[in-house]
Amino acid sequence: MSTDLNTDLINPVESFLRTDRMPHIWCPGCGIGTTVNSFARALIGSKIDLDSLALVSGIGCTGRVAGYVKLDSFHTTHGRAIPFATGLKLANPKLNVVVYSGDGDLSAIGGNHLIHAARRNIDLKVICVNNLIYAMTGGQTAPTTPDHATTSTNPYGTFEPAFNLPHLVEAAGAVYVARWTTFHVRQLARSISEAFQKKGFSFIEVISPCPTLYQRRNKLGDSLDTMKYYKEKSKVRNGAPTKEVGLTMSGEIVVGKFVDCDRPDYQAMMRAQYVHSLGEKFVELPYEEEEAETVCS
Amino acid sequence: MKADPGGVLTGEHFIDGDHACCEGALAAGANFASGYPITPSTEVVERFAARVPTVGGTFIQMEDELAASITLQGAVWGGAKAFTVTSGPGFSLMMEHIGYAAMTETPCVFVDVQRGGPSTGLPTLPAQADMMQARWGSHGDYSIIALCPNSPQECFDLTIKAFNLSEEFRVPVMFMMDEVVGHMTEKVVIPPADQIEVVPRKHTKKSVEDYLPYGTNGDMVPEMAHAGEGYKFHVTGLTHDERGYPNMTLATQDKLVRRLQNKIRGSVDRIAMFEEEHLEDADVVVVSYGITSRVAQRAIDAARQRGLRVGKLRLITAWPFPENKFRELAKKVKAFVVPELNLGQMALEVERATNGQAKTFCITHAGGGVHDPEEILKVIVEASR
Repeated sequence: MSTDLNTDLINPVESFLRTDRMPHIWCPGCGIGTTVNSFARALIGSKIDLDSLALVSGIGCTGRVAGYVKLDSFHTTHGRAIPFATGLKLANPKLNVVVYSGDGDLSAIGGNHLIHAARRNIDLKVICVNNLIYAMTGGQTAPTTPDHATTSTNPYGTFEPAFNLPHLVEAAGAVYVARWTTFHVRQLARSISEAFQKKGFSFIEVISPCPTLYQRRNKLGDSLDTMKYYKEKSKVRNGAPTKEVGLTMSGEIVVGKFVDCDRPDYQAMMRAQYVHSLGEKFVELPYEEEEAETVCS
Repeated sequence: MKADPGGVLTGEHFIDGDHACCEGALAAGANFASGYPITPSTEVVERFAARVPTVGGTFIQMEDELAASITLQGAVWGGAKAFTVTSGPGFSLMMEHIGYAAMTETPCVFVDVQRGGPSTGLPTLPAQADMMQARWGSHGDYSIIALCPNSPQECFDLTIKAFNLSEEFRVPVMFMMDEVVGHMTEKVVIPPADQIEVVPRKHTKKSVEDYLPYGTNGDMVPEMAHAGEGYKFHVTGLTHDERGYPNMTLATQDKLVRRLQNKIRGSVDRIAMFEEEHLEDADVVVVSYGITSRVAQRAIDAARQRGLRVGKLRLITAWPFPENKFRELAKKVKAFVVPELNLGQMALEVERATNGQAKTFCITHAGGGVHDPEEILKVIVEASR
């Protein structure tokens, strides 16, 4: 065992971070940093080649993740992380491409791209940090804001139904769908590791506190209270029908792995079609073949 | 370097401008396109979709133009040469990502086959009314390059040029076709690959330790790396320093935005291409571009036959605008006649550059057709008085 104190003191996730960019911009009690920690631990656990890993974010609090990870990282435009990542993956199929962004970015302004990437089964790992609100801009209603929560743009309470994201992406075609909260750091890391084993569109939702704008405005206490809520009200139901996992403001949070199935990803389907139609005229791109049957568990 | 023969369809062809543009892209080494269907531009990507699997590369039809215009940029950072193709309404949707490409210095080409607008306008009929949008459409200060072909042959030749300029300056290049040029069928000669000059990506040769993603070493255009090569670089649309890191100081903003502008403005003489005729003795200069230049040619020839001293200046590069060229000409000529398929766009630039030293007569047209050469001739006669 090393006795070098300096070595011993290095946080194991530090080598994944741009420490020259610290301190980060996230508020005290924000859950995004926690998710990054789980992500880094998943990378350590899965022994992913970091040179071939690229991370793409959109805009918003979670959109800033791209700026803090020591990877090829792209902070793109609002809502467009998924199409950018699609181009990156298609141009270089050897890359592992992660999309790391927030609920507003991915499901409102980027909602169309979310469902179409799932439909196409593009090989992307999407990590959606869901803090139930637009946080960067000051706490406006998001498509994920539950019940009658108070926001800056619904000061008398929201009345729009919220998206149930696991249900949405499963319907659109995702091959892997899981949800955890920032209380479930190990389970989250495990799900991220599992997603790296999948070929196709994987979606992991992480319910995360925004103490500054969501919890405070809705009198839900501080982040510690939120952790207690996550701990007490989360129920692990692996394989739960996604139709039943919608969120409410203070009710049960169904967490777990909801979908884990296999079907050919976009590039496999494209290649198969070209081979079928063009035969020898098809000029192959560098691509590692991995046949996937359509199986759902 | 010379073009890869794989994508070059050497020979004589009888094809339209849209198809010629696609062949130009393939000859330039484009191996990625993302698009969304829109008249009158779709034939470009239809041909690309048919051709690219036989030469190596990818076409993806995206769910909208917002996606198409950023998917291609992801592909560029993954190592591809990429472009997208659209027309007015789609071009409007792409504006944010033209700004993103300018800010992140992503080399790529946006083809706009112009049709009548505003809004849905005249989907199947020509216009040249996106010229200012091409220059100023995205928010903030930046510069782009815009080229205007006037024949299917030029759709081929200048598409290669557009890719080359985008690589040399790491800038999005707007390829400003119009519906007539796009749908006009003419002879297009595609030379052998070894006669086609292709500018390669300005890829860094520096080590991972020494590489600064937005460091410029004085030549204004930084060197690029691709994802997956171990550089672990960061790209952002936020104001960023030489490391590519967000930095919101006024000093960083000033340095970055001025460089993005100056790398193009400062090279206008290298970038600007025009075709000129009879400028030596001209009293009046007809300034035109795209399909209008071919209509104007008839008026110019007729005016010359009448003994009028009229010259021709065809803008092949619309942006950056060659101000000095106009400033010099304005000292010698009486007037500029600017026919264009809009209500006065490039004519404003002519006025600005000549600063009252010569008169500017803009011959406007709301789009949907082309000018009557007689109408241009009348204005030439008036301007010659």
